[in-house]
Amino acid sequence: MLRWFARRLLLAIPVVWGVVTISFFMMHLAPGDPARTALGEKASNASVAALRHQWGLDQSMPLQYLNYLKQLVHGDLGTSVYYHAPITSLMAQRLPVTIILVVLSAILTMLISVPLASRSATHPNGIAAVAVRLFNAVVQGAPTFFIGAMLILFLGVRIAIFPAGGYPADIGGRAWALVLPALTIALGTVPIMVRGLRAAMIESYGSEYVAFARSKGLPERPIRYGYVLRNAGISGVSILGIQVGALASGALVIEQVFAIPGMGSMLMTGILNRDYALVQACTLVFGLLVVVVYLGTDLAYARLDPRARLS
Amino acid sequence: MTATDAAAIARTAITPPSRKSRVWAPAWMRRHNLQLWIGAGMLGLMVLAAIFAPLIAPHDPTTPDAAHALLPVSADHLFGTDNLGRDIFSRVVYGARSDLTIAIVAVVAPFVIGLAFGIVSGYFGGWFDSIMMRLADIVTAFPFFILVIALVFLMGNGALSIFIAITCVSWVAYARLVRGEAMVLRNKEFVAACQASGISTIGILVRHFVPNVVSQAIVYAMSDIVMNVGVIVTLSYLGLGITPPTPDWGSMMAGGQQFLAGGFYGMTLFPAGAVIWTSLALSFLGDGLTHQLRIDR
Repeated sequence: MLRWFARRLLLAIPVVWGVVTISFFMMHLAPGDPARTALGEKASNASVAALRHQWGLDQSMPLQYLNYLKQLVHGDLGTSVYYHAPITSLMAQRLPVTIILVVLSAILTMLISVPLASRSATHPNGIAAVAVRLFNAVVQGAPTFFIGAMLILFLGVRIAIFPAGGYPADIGGRAWALVLPALTIALGTVPIMVRGLRAAMIESYGSEYVAFARSKGLPERPIRYGYVLRNAGISGVSILGIQVGALASGALVIEQVFAIPGMGSMLMTGILNRDYALVQACTLVFGLLVVVVYLGTDLAYARLDPRARLS
Repeated sequence: MTATDAAAIARTAITPPSRKSRVWAPAWMRRHNLQLWIGAGMLGLMVLAAIFAPLIAPHDPTTPDAAHALLPVSADHLFGTDNLGRDIFSRVVYGARSDLTIAIVAVVAPFVIGLAFGIVSGYFGGWFDSIMMRLADIVTAFPFFILVIALVFLMGNGALSIFIAITCVSWVAYARLVRGEAMVLRNKEFVAACQASGISTIGILVRHFVPNVVSQAIVYAMSDIVMNVGVIVTLSYLGLGITPPTPDWGSMMAGGQQFLAGGFYGMTLFPAGAVIWTSLALSFLGDGLTHQLRIDR
C-alpha cells in the first residue's frame, strides 16, 4: 500500500511541475506589458518600471522562471497590486472559505444523489426514475448562476429561509449563508453523480454476489445497503474526485452570485482589476488543489477497493 | 451444489434491471429513435432563429426605448420588454446568433486537434503518447472554467479569445477519447493486413482510423457544444465575454437578475429558457446519434 502510494505520488510530480509552469507563463502570455495594463495608461513610467521590477519582468525569462520556482518553494505567491498585500496571507483568509464551500457541496451532492440513484436503479420505469430523468435534463442544461438566482429568489426572497447573499462574521451565520451556494453547486453535479451511481448500482444488482445473496434468502433491504450501495459507493467516491474541478468551477461562479469572499471572488477581483499576480496565484492554487484531491481520491479508492492496489 | 450454480439459478429466477436504459428517453422513444429527430428539430429551430434573426425579430434588439420599459408579455412584445425597453424576444433571437455561432465554431478546432493527436498517440504509443497524456493531465488539473476564464482575461475580451481559450482546454477530452479507440484498433487484423499490403502509415491513419473513431468524437461534440454554450453564457454573465450592446443570453440574465425580486421574471427566464432548450436539443441529438451510429458507450 505504501509502495503503491509512493509510486502514485511520483507520477503526480510532472503534473505539479506542469501546473506551476503554465501558471508562470500566464504573466507572459498577455499581449503588451502586464505592468502597464495593471496600472493603466495614466500611470507614470517610473511606477510602471517599479511594478515591472516587483514582478521581476525586467529580468531574463529563465531567471524569472527560477525566481518564480524559488519563491513558490518558500510559500511566497507574490504581492497583489489591488489589495496592497502579500498574496499568501490573502490566500490564508480566502482558501478555507472555498474549501468549506466545495466540501459542503460534495456532501450535499451525495445526500441528494444516493436516494435518487438508488430509487431509479430499483424501479427503472417508476415515477422517481422519470422525475430523475426530467430533473437531470433540465438541471444539466441550466447555467449554474441561473440555478443560484432561482434559489435566491425562492428560498432567499419569497420564503426568506436563507440569506440571499453575503458572508456574516459569526460562525452560525456563515454556515447558514453557505447552504444555498453549496446547494447550487451541488445541483450542477447531481445529474452526473446520479447517472454514475445508478449505472454502478445496476451493474452491482446483476453481479453474482447479489444473485447469491438472493438465492440464500436475504431480504432486499440488507442486499441494497450491505452489498449494492457499498460497492456502488466506491465508484461514487471516484466520480466525486473527478468532479472536484467542476465543483471548483461552480464555486468560482457562485461566489460571485452570492457575494461569498472566497478564492473564486478573489480571482474575479484580480481579473476585473487587471491584477496579474493575483490571477496567476489563484489559478495555480486551484490547479494544485485539484491535483491534491485527485491524489486523495486515489488513496481513498485504494483503501475502499483492494483490487485497485494491484494494478 | 456449488455457489456458482446457485448464483446461476438465482439469476434466471430474478431478472436484474435492464443495463441498457439511458437517461433521457422512455422505451418507445428509443425504439423509433425519436430522440434524434426531436433533438434535430429543436436545434434546427434555434439555428433557423439565429440565421434569420433580422426577419424573425419584430423589434430592434439594441435600441433602448425608455417609454416601453419592463412591459409584460403581449402580442407586440412576445416575451415582454427589459428595463431599457428593448424587446426580449428579439434579444433572445439575436442572442442565438452570437452564442450559438461561437459555441458551434469553437468545437471545430478542438475536434480536429484532439482527433489528430488522439489517433497518433494511440497508434504509435511510446514517448509521444507519454508526453501527450502527461500534457492532458496537466491541462485537466486546472478546473475547466478557471483556466478558460484566466486565458480569456489574458488575451482580452471578444470572440477570438473565447475560441482560443476553449481550444486550449477542450482538445484534451477528444484526444483521450480517440486515443482509447485507436489503441483498440491498432491490434485489429485489418490494420496488419493494411501494413502487409504496403499502405503507408499516413494512409492507414487517414483512410482507416479516422472513419472508425470519428463517430465517437461526433457524439462527444454534441455535449461539448452544450459545455461551450455554458462557458460563453457564464463568461458574459461575469462581464468577460460578449460585450453588452450585442445581445447575448448571459448578459441578458445578468441584467435581469436584479429585477427578479421585483417580480419581473421575463428578463431572466426567457434567455435561461433558450439556454436550456439548446442543451436539451443537443442532449437528445447526442443520444439519438449514439443509437443511430450503434456506439455502445
